[in-house]
Order: sequence, then C-alpha cells, then structure tokens
Amino acid sequence: MENNIQHSDIYAIALHHRFQWEEAQQSYVILFPEGMVKLHGGAGEILKRVDGKTTVGEIVVDLKTTFPDAEDIENDILGMFDLAVGKAWLRKLN
Amino acid sequence: MAQLNNGVAASVTQKQPLWLLAEVTYRCPLHCAFCYNPTDYDKHTKNELTTEQWISALRDARKMGAIQLGISGGEPLLRDDIEEIVAEAHKLGYYSNLITSGVGLTEKRIQAFKEGGLDHIQLSMHDVTEDISNFITNTRTFELKKKVAAMIKSHGYPMVLNVVIHRYNIDQVGKILEMAEALGADYVELANTQYYGWSLVNRDQLMPTREQLDRAEAATNAFRERVGNKMKVFFVVPDYFADRPKKCMNGWGEVFMIVTANGDVLPCHSARVLPGMTFPNVRENGLEWAWKESPAFTKYRGMEWMKEPCRSCDEKENDLGGCRCQSYLLSGDAEMADPVCTKSPNRHLIDEALINSQNPLVREQPIIFRTDKNSKKYVEGDKERIEQFHALP
Repeated sequence: MENNIQHSDIYAIALHHRFQWEEAQQSYVILFPEGMVKLHGGAGEILKRVDGKTTVGEIVVDLKTTFPDAEDIENDILGMFDLAVGKAWLRKLN
Repeated sequence: MAQLNNGVAASVTQKQPLWLLAEVTYRCPLHCAFCYNPTDYDKHTKNELTTEQWISALRDARKMGAIQLGISGGEPLLRDDIEEIVAEAHKLGYYSNLITSGVGLTEKRIQAFKEGGLDHIQLSMHDVTEDISNFITNTRTFELKKKVAAMIKSHGYPMVLNVVIHRYNIDQVGKILEMAEALGADYVELANTQYYGWSLVNRDQLMPTREQLDRAEAATNAFRERVGNKMKVFFVVPDYFADRPKKCMNGWGEVFMIVTANGDVLPCHSARVLPGMTFPNVRENGLEWAWKESPAFTKYRGMEWMKEPCRSCDEKENDLGGCRCQSYLLSGDAEMADPVCTKSPNRHLIDEALINSQNPLVREQPIIFRTDKNSKKYVEGDKERIEQFHALP
C-alpha cells in the first residue's frame, strides 16, 4: 500500500468535524454534517491523540509505549492516518 | 459464539435513536409545493411544545444515545427560543444542525447560534432563477436566501445547501451546482422530490421524466469530476424511478426518531398518515417508552410484520420492504411491499403515476401550495375541491 504519511506530519481534526467519546456506543465517533463514523478501538486511540500539535511520529511512539504487546502497529497507525486524510476527517497543518 | 460475545453483542444490537429530528413548529413563511409536512399540519400548529419541554426531550434522547440533532419545521426560526435550544443541545454533546429556509436568520441570531455551539446550518435553495425559486415556494425569497448563504459562510459555518429537485428545476442541476460552488458550499444535497404530504398532492405537477433524471445525474457526475473533494454532492435518487424500494429511515425505529411540534414521537416524517396507529407523545410517557415499548415503534420494527411477497423475499434485509407510508398512501395497505418494488403486486400504481405525470392534461393542472388556508381545507375534510384539480378529465 502506498502511504503518503510522514512522521513529521502534524494533523488536526478537519474543520466542521467533531471527534468525541460516545458513552451510549462505548466508542469514539467523528461527527460532520449529515454523518457520523463510529471508530473501532484502535482508530479511536489514534485519533484521540491528534491535537494539531503532536507529530505522527510522536503518536507512533506514544502508542507503542501505551500498547507494548501490539505487534507492528506502526503500519496500522500510518494506514489509519492515510484513510482519515483520504476521507477528509483530518487536515494537515504543516 | 453468541455466548462468548454476549456483552459486546448486546451493546451492538441495542437499537439507539442516533438521529433526532426536532420539528419544532409547522408554521412556515414559505409555501413550497413539495413540502413533505402533513397536509393537515394546521391542526398541529396550536399546541407546540414549550422551551422547557424541548430541552427535557433533548436531554432524554441524548441519554438514549441520540447524537445528530436536526432542528427543523416548518421554519424553526419562527420560534424565538431556538438560541436556548441550540445552547442546551451543545451542552448535552449533540452535533446540531439548523434546517432553515433562511427567512428570519439575522446577524444577531446567527451570532447567538455560534456562541451557543450550533454546529451547522442547512439552507434550502430552489433554483438559479428568481422566477422558479419564487414560484415553487410561492414567496419572494430568492434574493434573501442568497444573502443568508453569504451570512452563513461569513460566520465560519460549513455551507450545507439542500435543493429539492422537481421538474421545474431538474434541467438546471448543472447550473444549480455552479451556483452552490460560487456561494462556497461545502455540501450540497440534490434531493429529488419524494411523494408525501404536499408533494403527493402535487405529484403529477412535480414529477420529472426519466430522461430529465438521467441528464441531471450525468450533470451531477460531471460536476463531481471537475470539483473533486472540495464539495460533497449527494444525489438522492427518487423512488419512483427505481425498481427496488429504499430502506426507509434505515428501518422503522432503528436509528431515527422525530419529535414533532406538538410532541408526537414518530419513527418517520409522515408516519401519522398510517391508519389505526396511536403515536406516543413526549408529554405522556416520555421518549424512552416511546422508542422501546410504544406499540407504534414496535409495530414495523424488524421483519415480523411482513407478508408476501416480502416475507419470503431473499432481498428483504436490504430494504425491509421499503416505506410503510408510501405503501399505504398508494395502495391503502400499509403492510404490503412498497409499490416501488417490481416484485410488488402494486407496482402498476407507480407505473401509472409515471405515465399520468406525462399527460399534459394532468401535469398542467394548478399546483396546490402549502398554505394555512389549503391546510385548513384538508383538516376540514374539504378534500374534493382540491382533488378535483387533479382528477383525470
């Protein structure tokens, strides 16, 4: 899979989108006009670290530290960023 | 497997009213010929819920999992408490959307909505020409709508335009999209008219031809190709031109709940047309009972209610038999397969409607606009006078 995500990239949640925890669904969701995406556990863990300041590389390190037993999560994380950018849930700040 | 997943499965299969539509009033300064509101709305305009009742309903629905909130009508801005409702919705964690004609939106109000945390505003537009826009709404609102569009944009809101498509504007779809682009729209919904309420009364006058529909879809696709991701364009295909019905409301009582101006709780916009149904009201047993236990919400939830040809159909899970209201309105039987389906014994009703709408003697009959005066006639049962316009000569 071709991946355009760089470790130095910084992302924020896209304009007019909102990311929040939904108690009733026990998951994170992204909300936007006329739509909602329910995020699975891993995707939620990644996107909750997207704050407009932290780089992708720092998020990868953070997640590897938080989930030491997960194998080869770096590719999954980059893949999730790629998907989220493609869906326009995220905007690139740098 | 079921046992292993018990806890998880339970939380996944529990149906939640994720989308809450608050139809806060049926009063409206516009008189659109395609309005889906009930033709007898006039009888629901007197007993509107109070601000406190709305806030309490929002709180209850949020606890049940509602997250997307539409504030609609009629024209919601005719109420002077929308600012309060919006602010409360934001505090509760809703993603909220004001669905408006734009009439009544002022700098002062939009500022208050912004401060209160309203997430977006969906504005209705009707055509690129003043003539058609004013004709179909039976008002002079075209210039005002363009000003409101600019106001929405200048306050940093995403520009969400909703354009109802019918035979008077369908040939302009390409130009309508260009207008939307010029206005800076982020999302455009081209909603081909579906036939309920006032639009059913005016069906023969509003229905486009299949050729018009095909051209409009091609124009939409060409526009999408040119503009790409910058603007999202939804093209809602009209039922009558399909051979399978829509999965109406994504299923009865599955994810969608409507609270109407007078507090009735509905699983879909037009459910009150169905015979022999008593809908719950927020003033009585509350939303949780309405959603989980009321006879109205359980009646058509799932597939138990189906009869043939739906019951044994291998596609029944795709569309859940289509729309109960459409079936009832066209065939008189709410539990029959949606007439749109080519497997339905009632499909001929759709085909006949398509043919009738191309009959010049029928389609040139006058439109019945959504006005209080016309609605009162429906309420009074004075239907013959209106129907005679539509009778075949």
